[in-house]
Amino acid sequence: MTAQEAPALSLASDVRGGKVSAAEVTERHLALIGSYEGSLGAFVSVLEDEARKEAAEVDRKVAAGEDPGPLAGVPIAVKDNLCTRGIPTTCSSRILAQWRPPYDATVVTRIREAGAVVVGKSNLDEFAMGSSTENSAFGPSKNPYDTGRVPGGSSGGSAVAVASGMTPIALGSETGGSIRQPAALCGIVGMKPTYGTVSRYGLVAFASSLDQIGPLAQSVADAATLYDVIAGHDPLDSTSLDRPSPRTAAGLGEGVGKVRVGVIKELIEGVDDAVVARVREAAEELQRAGAGVDEVSVPELGYGLPAYYLLASAEASSNLARYDGVRYGLRIDAPNAEAMNSATRATGFGAEVKRRIMLGTYALSAGYYDAYYGQAQRVRTLIIRAFARAYERFDVLVGATSPGTAFPLGSKVDDPLSMYLSDVCTAPSNLAGHPALSVPFGTDELGLPVGVQVLAPALEEGIMFRVGAAIEAAAPQLPAPRVGAREDLRT
Amino acid sequence: MTKPSHGLTRDDAAYVARLARLDLDTAELDLFAGQLAAVVEYAAQVSALDTGDVPPTAHPLPLQNVLRPDELVPSLDRDEVLSQAPDVEAGRFKVPPILGEGS
Repeated sequence: MTAQEAPALSLASDVRGGKVSAAEVTERHLALIGSYEGSLGAFVSVLEDEARKEAAEVDRKVAAGEDPGPLAGVPIAVKDNLCTRGIPTTCSSRILAQWRPPYDATVVTRIREAGAVVVGKSNLDEFAMGSSTENSAFGPSKNPYDTGRVPGGSSGGSAVAVASGMTPIALGSETGGSIRQPAALCGIVGMKPTYGTVSRYGLVAFASSLDQIGPLAQSVADAATLYDVIAGHDPLDSTSLDRPSPRTAAGLGEGVGKVRVGVIKELIEGVDDAVVARVREAAEELQRAGAGVDEVSVPELGYGLPAYYLLASAEASSNLARYDGVRYGLRIDAPNAEAMNSATRATGFGAEVKRRIMLGTYALSAGYYDAYYGQAQRVRTLIIRAFARAYERFDVLVGATSPGTAFPLGSKVDDPLSMYLSDVCTAPSNLAGHPALSVPFGTDELGLPVGVQVLAPALEEGIMFRVGAAIEAAAPQLPAPRVGAREDLRT
Repeated sequence: MTKPSHGLTRDDAAYVARLARLDLDTAELDLFAGQLAAVVEYAAQVSALDTGDVPPTAHPLPLQNVLRPDELVPSLDRDEVLSQAPDVEAGRFKVPPILGEGS
């Protein structure tokens, strides 16, 4: 693997081989963060001391001849809704601004065991609710291709860190597209795993039946490697699948000959012309590489987004009941408990979180439960059935990741519904619990990156990554972002 | 105040806010009533699909109860957990009165 094909794997290989120390790699990336963070706002906190300690431990293992892990010395950004023991985990919310979790998320333990060095906690839309990272209580993250535009969200900080080269890889989380959409808008790879393959232990809950943690990376090979590291059974998450850890990275070179690819009509309809054109070009490249490509209509997917917003908000309204000013986080004092609860939540939550809680509470309230929440659950079944029908004919499905490219900061914040429509191409996979991947493929007329999405049936990450690698290999070279250190993109 | 198209009034918003324990002022209630009406109207599209005999899906996995071996393992450190609470007394979380005069 060259540095261009897989920057993270290449770094790990150099650290493992003693060509460079984890300490040097860490200092270099902390310096990059020092240079670019001011313009990009990717991080809620930068962990200089902790990163230096973790790097020293990797270097000790290399010196002692111990296996330092597949991600030895690789700097990584971790979304700030993933718990880090003793280190602030804010969810970009005022209500958790001072919170230091008493435990690590399982994924954080796993990446550290694999040798990765956590250099910072990355910014997000508050409690992962949003598609632009503008809903952060600590200010928005900016797109490295145009700092007047959003990076997408909610894992915007992670996407910006990777797109700018501040870190080669990052962890994000998804409920309705929060990894894939910012990856698309920032010109990087982002992946949502099959529900249950990655432990949610220590991921601050948004909508438990939809949430999954996944990788963001500069290349498909790096994303697959990070996925392999974080996936696997965890007894601390009762929804974790009890099956052997995957090894998807090993199969990337097997090609796409005979793979049946369906271009989903509903995931390119109503999408910007430039995005549709890039999706069609990517599909042609897959055909040229030996895949069978055909178009397929899955009309039920058109109902995915409305069903998603009802279900996700309903689950959120229940999950976020825990922020009551009692066990952790902010408390606004009041003479009785209910007044304290209500004042704390009104002060601690931002507008978007309040809106989602209100929507979810409404959808679950007496008289509306069956018409909204119940009906959305039945639509969820129809979407799962529709996917199953499509997968009788196809191995993978492709479409747009996002209906448009990066939009200007502030352009959608006052119109929640238009912001919600950003998730129209991604939410169906979360409802079905299926894996999906966004791979950069060219730009629009403004030079802003476009993402092509690859969807696969449950547990078929292997073939999904292989198709993604073929798209990546055929993609036109992206321009380097205006802000950042992507030497791999400078020709 | 303009009456939202989907019939979500300020009073409806106030009722939902009370259920959700959100102490919102009237400006917020008016703003959210209008915005939620638009979102609810959009979300109501789901009723267009015929779902007569379709069972609901609550979760993508066929979930069953998961048990762990009945062995003693360390739990979270109590002092570490309590160090994050807004108010504690004698090793416990402390809250304002729940019943009685204050409520």
